[in-house]
Amino acid sequence: MIGLGHYLAVGAVLFVMGVFGIFINRKNIIVILMAIELILLSVNINLVAFSAYLGDMVGQVFAMFVLTVAAGEAAIGLAILVIYFRGRGTIAVDDINQMRG
Amino acid sequence: MLLLGAEFIALLLIIVYVGAVAVLFLFVVMMLDVDFAAMRAGFARYLPFGTLLALVLLAEIVFAVLAWRVGGIETAARAAPVNVAVPNIEALGTVLYTRYLFIFEAAGLVLLVAMIGAIVLTHRTRSGLRPQKVSDQIRRRPEDATRNVNPGVGQGVEL
Repeated sequence: MIGLGHYLAVGAVLFVMGVFGIFINRKNIIVILMAIELILLSVNINLVAFSAYLGDMVGQVFAMFVLTVAAGEAAIGLAILVIYFRGRGTIAVDDINQMRG
Repeated sequence: MLLLGAEFIALLLIIVYVGAVAVLFLFVVMMLDVDFAAMRAGFARYLPFGTLLALVLLAEIVFAVLAWRVGGIETAARAAPVNVAVPNIEALGTVLYTRYLFIFEAAGLVLLVAMIGAIVLTHRTRSGLRPQKVSDQIRRRPEDATRNVNPGVGQGVEL
């Protein structure tokens, strides 16, 4: 029987993987964006698991809003990435400290 | 999440992440033409710090789980209790379109702003193109563009 703890464990693993991906990856912004998506997905899993556990629909509604924000964030982040690449020819994170204005 | 009875959220997550987010990432990876082998060069440099941070975070989660005591569920505190007789999609829609209608509209607004922002950011006007000018085409009148002539036989037409 799969209980609440299993879902929370999956969520925790995804969250730690996301944070690990952000901190280990100092080169590639695309992977950092993917790691942020992973973190938001783990939050969604936690919300839905608690929603089912507590018998309250609000968790699922909130998961939909988190999903909306995650999709918008991916779109805007990738758009910024594309225009940055167009101007610089590189997306290495180390070079972004020269960003001005 | 299908097992939890949240069918709509389960399928929505799959559709959105596979259909929208993954395709978006694939398109950007395709467009950028980045050397990913060179990007992996500094992997070992940040590995200890990243591992340390992940371990700290994992320890925090484990401590939180160990300190967790399951109390009684406050059934009176539920904002929208799950009715087993009602299907999941129907219950979700009932909550979403009544109590959380304004937040739902705000979510739509967030998506709209994200879409407009992405288009505005990545749009560029290219030079050298000759696009169709619809307003010019509509503004054009037969009197301005054509001339009726009635030439005699063998005279031809002077342009």
